[in-house]
Amino acid sequence: MSLQSLDIKRLSATTTPAPQARSPQSGEVAKLIDVSKCIGCKACQTACMEWNDLRQEPGHNVGVYDNPADLTENAWTVMKFTEYENEASGNLEWLIRKDGCMHCEDPGCLKACPSPGAIVQYTNGIVDFHEEHCVGCGYCVTGCPFNVPRISKKDHKAYKCTLCSDRVAVGREPACVTTCPTGAIMFGTKKAMKDQADTRIADLKERGFDQAGLYDPAGVGGTHVMYVLHHADKPSLYAGLPDAPKISPMVSLWKGMAKPLAMAALGAAALGSLFHFITKGPNEVSKELEDEMDRKDREAEAGTQEDAR
Amino acid sequence: MRRNPRDLVRYTAGERANHWVVGICFILLALSGLAFFHPAFFPLTQLFGGGPWTRILHPYIGVVMMLFFVIMALRFWRLNVIEPRDVEWLKNVNKMVDGNDHDMPEQGKYNGGQKVLFWGLVVGMVLLLVSGVLMWRAWLNLPVDVVRIASVVHAIAAVWMIGLIIMHVYAAIWTRGTIRAMMYGTVTRAWAKQHHRGWYRKMTGDN
Repeated sequence: MSLQSLDIKRLSATTTPAPQARSPQSGEVAKLIDVSKCIGCKACQTACMEWNDLRQEPGHNVGVYDNPADLTENAWTVMKFTEYENEASGNLEWLIRKDGCMHCEDPGCLKACPSPGAIVQYTNGIVDFHEEHCVGCGYCVTGCPFNVPRISKKDHKAYKCTLCSDRVAVGREPACVTTCPTGAIMFGTKKAMKDQADTRIADLKERGFDQAGLYDPAGVGGTHVMYVLHHADKPSLYAGLPDAPKISPMVSLWKGMAKPLAMAALGAAALGSLFHFITKGPNEVSKELEDEMDRKDREAEAGTQEDAR
Repeated sequence: MRRNPRDLVRYTAGERANHWVVGICFILLALSGLAFFHPAFFPLTQLFGGGPWTRILHPYIGVVMMLFFVIMALRFWRLNVIEPRDVEWLKNVNKMVDGNDHDMPEQGKYNGGQKVLFWGLVVGMVLLLVSGVLMWRAWLNLPVDVVRIASVVHAIAAVWMIGLIIMHVYAAIWTRGTIRAMMYGTVTRAWAKQHHRGWYRKMTGDN
């Protein structure tokens, strides 16, 4: 929903540049989620529902902690719990990841969206859905490398985490950041968050997590939601976080080369037809054949008159 | 009332109605589909009552087109089986395009070009139907990799179809005396003898 007062960098289905005079001098923003500090309390889920006035129907207990089981149009962030038996250390590790929109620098949803201005990227890096322009086609779902947008069954609009763009616009941090009791969720400029991550990673490495690292995948140009992972070499351990996310080549073809090529081909077919007509002229029936048929018509008529007599 | 009672019937009223149901659906689908394909055409959604209505209507119009296309293809497929003389015609198609059709081989009800177009449309329709159903999020929510491939196939098949229909419409405009066959059903004998001599002979018994 457009509740924000942020400058827009990119709009979906728009081929001309957005206004560019103003740019954030302090740099872009990012949320840093330190998975190693998360205790799985779900306070972030609650804060998200509270701030955004969302009420997801409580799910059913199927023997895991995940509730709701997945993101929905009313649950823009969900804790995903994974039990991982680390063979190297012999430990059972409980990996908990706060799932939600990653706010890609190169957003597949925005690339795929056919409706002008239904998806925007602000100059601070946040990717936001403006549902009043959403047509409900679901192309954002097709374009997203992280399986994040959800189409409501009620209004057929697409929803996802806004990174609390309305709060950020007035100088506040996202609701989940404010509420997190362990400080596992942090918010600031992207640079500050990377610096913060570096100290956390150094600490984790000291404590035996050799593969600790930052998840800021280059395949989507980096993200404005980043994770500190103890096993950055295997992101998919964390409830299927993509190891190397990027916009699918199918989506790139569909929303890239296919558009100009198709327009050129159809334009050539239409103009080619017109110019064929005006250079070659119409394909008429020959005068000779028409005269022959006139003669046959008269003969046939004479024949019927003869018969009538 | 026929202008000339000796004009030849090329299409029955049922065939014409069938053709135009498909034709109207195709135009609506091309306009609404292009609106979602390229931002330059997004304003076409206004013709359908805005973006959400365009998204709602497009697949249902597609279902109607498919039903009537199947009926039409069942009516006409036998007449479009490609024969050796059609291959001969196609080898000489450049002469035809050049406007010099004097020594084109004799043709039945449809010439080689029309037959190729027919089968091209059949292939395009099958691809559009299958990929379109896979993309229909109001009813289905399939694995994203399937939907991605379907989206590309749908776009390519649609461009293929629009291209073929541009050719189809242009051929009808270019060849004088043709459009009336699909409007009120008849063609002149001279038209038939010039463009489809085999069919002319079958219909009249003349040479």
